[in-house]
Amino acid sequence: MRQLIQFRNIVKEFDGQLILKGLNLDIMENEFVTLLGPSGCGKTTLLRILGGFLEQTEGEVFFDGIEISNVPPYKREINTVFQRYALFPHMNVFDNIAFGLRIKKTDPAIIEQKVKKMLKLVNLEGYEKRAITQLSGGQQQRVAIARALVNEPMVLLLDEPLGALDQKLRKEMQIELKKIQKEVGITFIFVTHDQEEALTMSDKIVVMKDGEIQQIGSPTDIYNEPENEFVAKFIGESNIIDGIMLDDYRVVFFDQEFECVDYGFHDNESVDIVIRPEDIDIVEYDTGKFNGTIKSIMFKGVHWEIVVDTGIQDLVVHTTDYAEVGKEVGLSFFPEDIHVMSKMVAY
Amino acid sequence: MNTFRKLVYPYCVWIGIFIVIPMLMIVVYAFSQAGNDVTTLSFTLANFQKFFSPVFGSVFIKSIWIAIVTTVVCILLGYPLAYFIAQKSENVRNTMILLMTFPQWINMLIRTYSWIGILSEAGLINTILSYLGLPKVDLLYTDFAVILGMIYNFLPFMVLPIYTSLSKMDQSLVQASYDLGANKVQTFQKVIFPLSLPGVLSGITMVFLPAVSSFVIPKLLGGGQYMLIGSLIENQFITVGEWNFGSAISLVMTIIILISMYFLKKVDHEVVEEGGKKV
Repeated sequence: MRQLIQFRNIVKEFDGQLILKGLNLDIMENEFVTLLGPSGCGKTTLLRILGGFLEQTEGEVFFDGIEISNVPPYKREINTVFQRYALFPHMNVFDNIAFGLRIKKTDPAIIEQKVKKMLKLVNLEGYEKRAITQLSGGQQQRVAIARALVNEPMVLLLDEPLGALDQKLRKEMQIELKKIQKEVGITFIFVTHDQEEALTMSDKIVVMKDGEIQQIGSPTDIYNEPENEFVAKFIGESNIIDGIMLDDYRVVFFDQEFECVDYGFHDNESVDIVIRPEDIDIVEYDTGKFNGTIKSIMFKGVHWEIVVDTGIQDLVVHTTDYAEVGKEVGLSFFPEDIHVMSKMVAY
Repeated sequence: MNTFRKLVYPYCVWIGIFIVIPMLMIVVYAFSQAGNDVTTLSFTLANFQKFFSPVFGSVFIKSIWIAIVTTVVCILLGYPLAYFIAQKSENVRNTMILLMTFPQWINMLIRTYSWIGILSEAGLINTILSYLGLPKVDLLYTDFAVILGMIYNFLPFMVLPIYTSLSKMDQSLVQASYDLGANKVQTFQKVIFPLSLPGVLSGITMVFLPAVSSFVIPKLLGGGQYMLIGSLIENQFITVGEWNFGSAISLVMTIIILISMYFLKKVDHEVVEEGGKKV
């Protein structure tokens, strides 16, 4: 795969406040990349710099090997699906989608053909003459995607495009977007604060916080091997425990020594341990790694969320088995379920 | 709800006394002969016949013509100004709008009188011209003076609605246009201007209507002999005392205004709601 976009030391300052703090990121061709982070982490700012709607204070953006900071948005081979879709209210569906092609003075017969093809791709055949105001949120969303994709850009930017949709429609659109991306085979850069959305759709997730990248990796890497406490907490639920790494493959927490699969830390280094709630099993008293008392239990649909008091720290467990509050139980997990992270320097 | 509904009654009474009844009286006057009293009304169409005679017809056409010129010039001056203001930051915008509406705080009559001082034979412009050794020009009591006075008075009514529609416009639409490959000129033609049309249309309404029926400005800047429809109506009621003829003219004007409002509304709807028009 070819490198398509490179951000080099991007700094963005707004009224003396640093939004992006020297950010480096490479994006490959045909990748589905998600910029994930809480609001105010700078993910949308980064997207707007790439789209050409904002200019970085410092740093360079390379697109296909060429520095594009001074290229105006209308000359970039990038199209955007805006947060609130930004469809033109004075045009119908067909004219909205044909907008970019008409600007390029494409032959009307070809426009007709391409728009039809796009409407088919986004499942809106027969909607050509509809006014934008007559469309539902999900349909507007599809028109916005079609309007961007019809120009055959090399990169599609999506700025929290599913934010305004309800839960069910969101899930459908997630699957559909991923399908569309595979069909057209171009790079998608997707911005969201929804970790589940990011895990479902992405090839690569970029976790951001306070204008800095926390971790870049595949969804499984990010989920299973979070690099620090922030990532672990932001991606799914997790138990974070203070521990000490004795040496490679040996870690101490809860005053006990455990075998693990992590290595490469300093001897006796203070670390954070992550154990995902679904990786902990509740077993009979005294048959697990350590014991605890069931403190509370809550029904979550697919599973129970059980809080177990271990005497040192409460642990959250997700299990499909019911357990009674007050019962003394044992807790068990495998060495590979223990994820060791370096302590975050300033958090 | 019902208790609140009663609060509207005083307004209904007000409208009835001061708007509905006078309007009905105008209709009655327009269709009846002079010298009638209430008990012996005799209806006639003579008033309308008189109005559509060549003498008064030309006054009518001139009024429409002057109002159209005023409106067009107001659009040409007002749109760029509104666009310029809408581009600025919040504080600058407010200041500029304040500066623009500032002269409106002074009575219109006084402001129009001051134009006499500027345009008259011994006025500011001619004084400057004579200092420069140039010949004097006749400015006051011309079409030019009347149109100038109207533009001066009505320009804010064009700028404000256009400015409002431009500043309320969703900026992401403009960005979407750039994003889809349109440069600044294309974005203006295809997105910004069509979306600001409702503002332009209400600007047209707010300038054209007072311009077509104005009588103070033509009287002051056009001179005593200068006749527009507004001054004609005023004359009929106040100087000549032909209330019936005056009412007929008023009625014709009202109908013309209603028709033009209807068409403006229609254009407005097509632009905003139906979409679908080829760009």
